[in-house]
Amino acid sequence: MSEKKYSEKHEWVELNGDVATVGITKHATEQLGDIVFAEVPEKGKSFEAGGEAAVVESVKAASDVYSPVAGEVTESNDAIVGDPSLVNQDPEGNGWFFKIKVSDVNQINNLMNKTDYDKFVMEGA
Amino acid sequence: MNHSTEKITNLKTELYSFHTSNGGKMVPFAGYDMPVQYSEGIIKEHQHVRSAAGIFDVSHMGQFSIYGNEKDYLALEQIVPIDLKSLKVNQSKYSVLMNDKGGIDDDLIITKSEEGINIVLNAACKHRDVTRIHEVINPSKTKLHDNLSLIAIQGPKAVNILEVLVKGVRDLKFMTGGKFKYKDNDVYVNRSGYTGEDGFEVSLENSVVKDFCKTLLENKEVKLIGLGARDSLRLEAGLCLYGHDLNSDISPIEASLSWALSKIKKEEGNFLGSKVVKDQIANGVKKKRVGIKPDRIIAREGSKIFKNDKEIGVITSGGFGPSINGPVAMGYVLKEFANEGETLDLEVRGKKHQGKIFKMPFYKKSYVK
Repeated sequence: MSEKKYSEKHEWVELNGDVATVGITKHATEQLGDIVFAEVPEKGKSFEAGGEAAVVESVKAASDVYSPVAGEVTESNDAIVGDPSLVNQDPEGNGWFFKIKVSDVNQINNLMNKTDYDKFVMEGA
Repeated sequence: MNHSTEKITNLKTELYSFHTSNGGKMVPFAGYDMPVQYSEGIIKEHQHVRSAAGIFDVSHMGQFSIYGNEKDYLALEQIVPIDLKSLKVNQSKYSVLMNDKGGIDDDLIITKSEEGINIVLNAACKHRDVTRIHEVINPSKTKLHDNLSLIAIQGPKAVNILEVLVKGVRDLKFMTGGKFKYKDNDVYVNRSGYTGEDGFEVSLENSVVKDFCKTLLENKEVKLIGLGARDSLRLEAGLCLYGHDLNSDISPIEASLSWALSKIKKEEGNFLGSKVVKDQIANGVKKKRVGIKPDRIIAREGSKIFKNDKEIGVITSGGFGPSINGPVAMGYVLKEFANEGETLDLEVRGKKHQGKIFKMPFYKKSYVK
């Protein structure tokens, strides 16, 4: 499994072969607060890199979750649909959103590593 | 004058630094920096108010007084359609400030005092309201109190907790108030609130408010509650938020707030906008405020409402109700669809989702001991 990568829109991506698991970062969940609703994409749906793929809602507001890489969805996490608070509890583990078969594994290199992402967050972007 | 170089600074209540030092996440609201939540988050705060007691800083709201006797304040009936003569001293009523179109310029709580009339106004409207009131009331008889703070203590345990600090408040009936002492300070306490829970609103000098809140918080059953939970609590209780569920183009009849107008005023009229109101009472309204329970999806303010592909209304407040453990909303629909149980489609992110009209409040106290 590859090193976790991060997008400027606060998603994380973990590549395993040519399938990437996508979720939202701990920082994102802290900004959102209590998550009360999640909508995940259906299996077989295709997205461009940066495409709107899922929805997450906190008590305060609804936010889109973008797919940081292009590809086709192979699996979605129904557990977070049933219990959205899982995303707060374990955002970068059991709170994942969907898995996507990436069309170009090199796309992941456009994303930040953990150190760069932390710096990005620190700088308030 | 060069407006572009003007720095817009929000006002702060006396408790600003108290909020931040207690983990308050401050956001701009109605021209003030106010806590939207504290460290535990909105859901925990909401549930704490339903099960124990919470403190809300509502000092941004306007506390306004008219001093004198009937001849000094009776003209207020021209714009606030309630029967001030029949209001007893220390009795409070929820009502509205009317405009000439029959719309609502603000919703407010009015209390008769030994000195005259006290009114609590919404923060965003208070200066416009005062200007409006001064059109009928001699300004020299009035005061908007910037020396006073307002603290709400809400929840089933509020009465016992407050009684320890302010003796006698447990004897107050709902929507009545009185003068009390906190330590050696004069405070005015009203048994009311906006959460659907039992509770109190305490008006006190700015110089005392921090000590008062600190002392309340010494009781472990008490937590500070932000605007986020205040919104979900009032929404579950079916209560309106001005600027969202009410505005200058919506009449009290459309807003299902006919009860906020005194019977005699509705019969006699002679208040601003009464022609519109009386006509609507006699001939009905086109649209009406209703409670809406979406089946699954959260439908927020601005979501369009459809019935069989026909657009019939719009959501004005919507969110997640922690005590319902599901989405709740209110909005306006055409009168012919404003029936309990009517199924509707709510448009969220371009897709339609089912919901139905629900008799408010969404949350009702069971009073089971």
